[in-house]
Amino acid sequence: MDEIEHFLTMGGYARFVWPAFGLAVLVMGGLAIESLVTYRKRQRELAAAEHRRR
Amino acid sequence: MFRLANPNRFMHWSGKLLPWCAVSTALLLAIGTWLALFVAPADYQQGEAVRIMYVHVPAAWMASFVYAVMAISSAVALIWRHPVADIAARESAPLGAGFTLLCLVSGSLWGEPMWGTWWVWDARLTSVLVLFFLYLGYIALVNAFDEPTRGARAGAILALVGAVNLPIIKFSVDWWNTLHQPASVFRIGGPTIDPAMLWPLLIMAVGFTFFYVTLLLVRMRSALMAAKLRALRLQQSLAA
Repeated sequence: MDEIEHFLTMGGYARFVWPAFGLAVLVMGGLAIESLVTYRKRQRELAAAEHRRR
Repeated sequence: MFRLANPNRFMHWSGKLLPWCAVSTALLLAIGTWLALFVAPADYQQGEAVRIMYVHVPAAWMASFVYAVMAISSAVALIWRHPVADIAARESAPLGAGFTLLCLVSGSLWGEPMWGTWWVWDARLTSVLVLFFLYLGYIALVNAFDEPTRGARAGAILALVGAVNLPIIKFSVDWWNTLHQPASVFRIGGPTIDPAMLWPLLIMAVGFTFFYVTLLLVRMRSALMAAKLRALRLQQSLAA
């Protein structure tokens, strides 16, 4: 129990450590999602355009 | 190398490489985060706050590394007019800006409990802030022209001029009296950081690098597909 509490409170530095990791997830996750959504969209558009050409 | 950079060849080999890069990224970041949060020891001075380093330092390395890639690609694009190099520079910029933001904010979150301040205008912090603005300026400039090739040229020149900031960032901690600590990993005489902290840090750093490479390939492929779409639409409108 104490170990879990120590982990969650980060020995008193919770309000600095967790936002740092949270922002990493937010920034890198955001970039990954944005990149992949655009990628899928381009793939669909290109497939549609090539289909029309035939 | 130039043969590999032909757009069609690039699409071919990057498509094969992409799944491997994505899986490596996921594995490395998962292992790195686990080591950083659960395995690495607390610091005898900094306590658990030292864990911020596992985000901050890789982000800082990537902030400079991505800019170096951007500057080299820009030089290749300017000298040889290579379209894929242009795309590499342009698609690197948002990723580099993201890493720089992460570096600045995580550093601030570490500075408050350890230095007693969120921010100081010392040489290291200021030069990294300048790097962040260089990324933003590059993105704004590249998108400011109606004609994409002119935007790319202007952006490439800005990226090259801004590259002077990279050695300033690296050596700022040696050239000036800064609050920021000097290098403890890439230094003459070897790392001064304990292996129990060095390994998680290096795995995180490799994970960040794979993350960048994976997303760069995805974004470059998107950009090349967009270019192909434009060409197809032009053909159709000319035929009609």
